Amino acid sequence: MAIADVTVTAGMPLASRRRKVLRRMLRNPLAITGLVVLGIAVLLAVFAPWIAPHEPTETHLDLAFAPPGTPGYLLGTDDLGRDVLSRIMFGLRASLHVGLLAVATSLVVGIPLGLMAGYFRAIDALISRFTDLVLAFPFLILAVGLAAIRGASLGNAAIAIGIAQIPGVIRIVRSETLRLKSLDFVSAAIVEGAGDPWVLGRHILPNAASVIIVQATVAIPAAILGEAVLSFLGLGIQPPAPSLGTMLSDAQQFAARAPWAAVMPGLAIMLLTLAFNIVGDSLRDALDPKASRR
Amino acid sequence: MNRYLLGRLWQSLVTLLLATIVVFLGVRALPGDPALALAGEDRDPESLRAIREQYGLDDSLIVQFWQFVSHALRGDLGVSIRTGESVVSMLKSALPVTMELSALAILVASVLGVGAGVVAAVRRGRPAEWAANALALLGLSVPNFWLGLMAILYLSVALGLFPASGFVPFFTDPIANLHHLVLPALILGTGLAAVIMRQTRSSMLDALSADYIRTAEAKGLPSSAVIGRHALRNSLIVVITIVGLQLGALISGAVVTERIFALPGFGKLTVDAVFQRDYPVIQAVVLVTATAYIMINLLVDLLYSVIDPRIRVRGEV
Repeated sequence: MAIADVTVTAGMPLASRRRKVLRRMLRNPLAITGLVVLGIAVLLAVFAPWIAPHEPTETHLDLAFAPPGTPGYLLGTDDLGRDVLSRIMFGLRASLHVGLLAVATSLVVGIPLGLMAGYFRAIDALISRFTDLVLAFPFLILAVGLAAIRGASLGNAAIAIGIAQIPGVIRIVRSETLRLKSLDFVSAAIVEGAGDPWVLGRHILPNAASVIIVQATVAIPAAILGEAVLSFLGLGIQPPAPSLGTMLSDAQQFAARAPWAAVMPGLAIMLLTLAFNIVGDSLRDALDPKASRR
Repeated sequence: MNRYLLGRLWQSLVTLLLATIVVFLGVRALPGDPALALAGEDRDPESLRAIREQYGLDDSLIVQFWQFVSHALRGDLGVSIRTGESVVSMLKSALPVTMELSALAILVASVLGVGAGVVAAVRRGRPAEWAANALALLGLSVPNFWLGLMAILYLSVALGLFPASGFVPFFTDPIANLHHLVLPALILGTGLAAVIMRQTRSSMLDALSADYIRTAEAKGLPSSAVIGRHALRNSLIVVITIVGLQLGALISGAVVTERIFALPGFGKLTVDAVFQRDYPVIQAVVLVTATAYIMINLLVDLLYSVIDPRIRVRGEV
């Protein structure tokens, strides 16, 4: 990860730096495609209750296994005659919900720990041990443990994924803090007599924001995939609530008869995570043009 | 042994101790009476008392923890409350399946990832690089369990190329064993391949612009020899690093892959244990995973410092 360019622009006012990054990003056609796909997915998810053609849990046993293109059922129906399109829209809602909740959890815990680890040498080792400890429990194992202790649910899935993502946040915020701490403007603030909380909150955190945003755009699709995996295994969102993961595990049983019920939700997850990954990649390139030109 | 390695070993032991405490407290955090949970269906006062006795649930936490650790060190991880089988013997039959699956997946991912990464770096700016980058992005975004479902649906069920599920032990029939594991290993390896590809590409680009490569080219070495000898040597480090970093994802992925292909491995053991609320098995599974994670990462770091002495130096600073 090269951070050279950020160093060069560190002296610039934040607002104009952000505008520059945004302009650079909007020159990349792939980034625009990603943003558009992401925008559509978010709109579908947010407005699902109003625009979905059917209730996601509404069953029509006489219409079971209707193929895509059936009037009123654009993407077909599943074994219970539920509308695949409506369930995907509500599934996207659940995916984004878990994705944002998990990443928010990891940021709320990870940012302060990362700042402290980078800023105060004394507690760096302590926080490193904590990071090692969390890393020793892969997210699925964490989710297994949480499901065993507190039961399987959307919230517990999000917490398990969020906890698993904390070490990544700590690592990135810590290294960014270490770098910023050595820069002149921070030393100047310290010499002027600014207290530690002021330096961290006023000088280091705002300048670390772009790195944190890039980390979040990579973490959200990972969390979305995590939710799908957990729900697929039955450790996440519980049926009949629609989730892309539970749709896939249901469809596994009748995939040969109604392949669309297995193909469509997977495509939806893939498009959503792909869009996030493309936006994340191009944001990183825009923040750090040198790295992409290499 | 130098200071870096000793320090690294010490860190691993501390982490292992902390992980054991977390697992130990996790079981005590179960809602309600742990004796009830451990007893399963069998809830008469007599057997509850026996369980209290066996697990020392009336002792202080410190004593209980010591009991737990000393039993675990002697290879006693308790008995499944569903089958009555010892948890260690369940692990012994499940772990080889998962280890073989993971090893094959790492092999597949290394070959695909290093291959595509080298192509992307050497064919810079050509369609081949574009294709390799696009594939890596897809590999990172596609849910591998969905890919598994699609593979079963179209390659196994429709075309009959691979068995859709099941497992044959390697020593019973090696060919059938590999035939059953090819598809799961490919599926599990996709995400890892994408990460390895990206890393290989960027380290190859660094290497190709380095002075010693220019020297090699100036000497008139054919470019295939330059790439093969100088640049690929680094890819070993890349693969080892990525495997260390992605181990958690690999373990999680293996659980799901086993579930889809109905392989009787660690993943099946784990998921079944959760649904059957088989707490001794869950506890053992979590403990074994954490231990394996810590040990493999220690091994990765040691290997790393053998291959690349710079790491050792940096570690000592």
